[in-house]
Amino acid sequence: MLQVEGLIKSFDDFMAVNGANLTVGKGEIVAVIGPNGAGKTTLFNLVTGALKRDKGRIVFKGEDISELPPYEICKKGISRSYQIVNIFPRLTVFENVQVAVFSYQGRSSNLFRPAQGIAVNETKSILESMGLSNKAKSIAGSLSHGDQKILEIAIALGNDPELLILDEPTAGMSPEETQDTMELVKQLANQRGLTILFCEHDMDIVFSVAQSIMVMRHGQTIIQGSLDEVRSNKEVQEAYLGGE
Amino acid sequence: MSSLFQGRVFSNGVSEERKDLLRDVIRSKRFVLVAGILIVLFILPLFAPRFFVYIIALIYVTALLAMSLNMVVGYGGLFQFHHAVFYGVGAYAVALMLTKTSLPMWIGFIVGPIAAAITGLIIGWFCVRLTKLYFGMLQISLGSLIWAIVYRWYSFTGGDDGIHGIHMPAFLSSLNSSYYFILIIFVICLIVMYMILKSPFGNTLQAIRDNSQRCEAVGINVKRYQLLGIVVATFFAGVAGVLFVVLEKSVFAEMLFWVLSLEIFIMCLLGGWFTFAGPILGAAITVALRTFVGRYTEYWTLILGVMLILVIFFLPEGVMGFFQQLLKPGTKEVTERGKG
Repeated sequence: MLQVEGLIKSFDDFMAVNGANLTVGKGEIVAVIGPNGAGKTTLFNLVTGALKRDKGRIVFKGEDISELPPYEICKKGISRSYQIVNIFPRLTVFENVQVAVFSYQGRSSNLFRPAQGIAVNETKSILESMGLSNKAKSIAGSLSHGDQKILEIAIALGNDPELLILDEPTAGMSPEETQDTMELVKQLANQRGLTILFCEHDMDIVFSVAQSIMVMRHGQTIIQGSLDEVRSNKEVQEAYLGGE
Repeated sequence: MSSLFQGRVFSNGVSEERKDLLRDVIRSKRFVLVAGILIVLFILPLFAPRFFVYIIALIYVTALLAMSLNMVVGYGGLFQFHHAVFYGVGAYAVALMLTKTSLPMWIGFIVGPIAAAITGLIIGWFCVRLTKLYFGMLQISLGSLIWAIVYRWYSFTGGDDGIHGIHMPAFLSSLNSSYYFILIIFVICLIVMYMILKSPFGNTLQAIRDNSQRCEAVGINVKRYQLLGIVVATFFAGVAGVLFVVLEKSVFAEMLFWVLSLEIFIMCLLGGWFTFAGPILGAAITVALRTFVGRYTEYWTLILGVMLILVIFFLPEGVMGFFQQLLKPGTKEVTERGKG
């Protein structure tokens, strides 16, 4: 579904991504791991169009998307959540998700119908599946950090994506919240037939959720393979897993 | 946190119903309030002195201008620094049509707002390519260009003399009739603006204000919606310009000068960015100060300045925002609880 080939991106002299390769098949859950500064977030920014790549190809469903702006890429079926909470703080939780649904349904430029009555069911069902129903009327900026991270994912679902990219979905969460969130992500993948690409620091989570793992170091892909392949790879053990 | 929300879940059924009921009462109260104010405003010319009627009409015009600005500033988060230009363009368009052509008056009334919106489209098309302060700076430059043209083109616009004694049809010739005309158009514009801000587009505009990066990521072409917002807002600025001509029967180049832009920006700040009716209050305060304090001293802006400083320090949400928080203690409480 998604192929990334020989991706390169530099900031001035710093090679943030220097030869990344990635394959995500339909319905798969793929994790990207690597030490801090390995280029994981930059890779996600390149795939979603937030940054422009210097070299390489990003192909989604057979189409080269590496030149498209973020809003076009989103319309192709890729949604994302952010590592650092990135929501609409002055809108209610409901409106946060609803805005994404408007966009998906092509109704954002509707000027004269009250928003209250549009896309309500779609929005409600997303909030319900994320366990946010009882906070629908709260102002998003007033939620706890954990809830805001959940809302992050809920907004991304508003576009009914085929590929969902989660950038450290559990960053800053307590261990229990982390557990719950990853359960939720797995459920989503099952129920909605989502393909998921995520990155995460907690190795236990990665190895319990992911079906395929891509390892990055210094902006470069070391290996992508099944859990066992990655676990037994010498280079990965030296670089990251501490040579067990 | 979790215990708080669990508590809410538990008592959800009852409290939600009660809340809805309460909200209905508040809403109906607000409705009564608005209706009451409207009735007073409608019978005002029957007993109020002429000068007072004139000042209130001027407040409507200014308030409409400030509210049109607030659509893009408060709701859109754009640094629309030179909004007065579109007001001026609307006013000049109708003034020029009424003095230079023999077309019927109502065409002028339509042409004014459309001319303003087209100007908004052209200037906005360049400005949305930039963000924040750069957006504002470019707009000041482009806007000042239009001001300079109006100010210098004596043969066409009358330059710094402006155009005076614009002939209005009989039904708008007296002060009272123009007062009613302005009030009715003002109320219609308020309703339409309210509808727009409550529409999916209004929500999208606010989402762009809150977080434009995220909007792009959910498939919103941010620049296009910002441009649409500017066109809508400048259209209403043009309506305000037309109403000014109806009231004053004259136009002058100061209407497009950046000082006025700053003034209406201050009105929004004073009344409250994030409230719908805030700019009306801001406009009323500013016009009243200019009229009644300006009579005693030309330095009335000094008082405005002091007020502005006090508002920024003590009522960061503006005067209207402050009252809203007073009336709805719940919102503040939620904010504080959520932080805990």
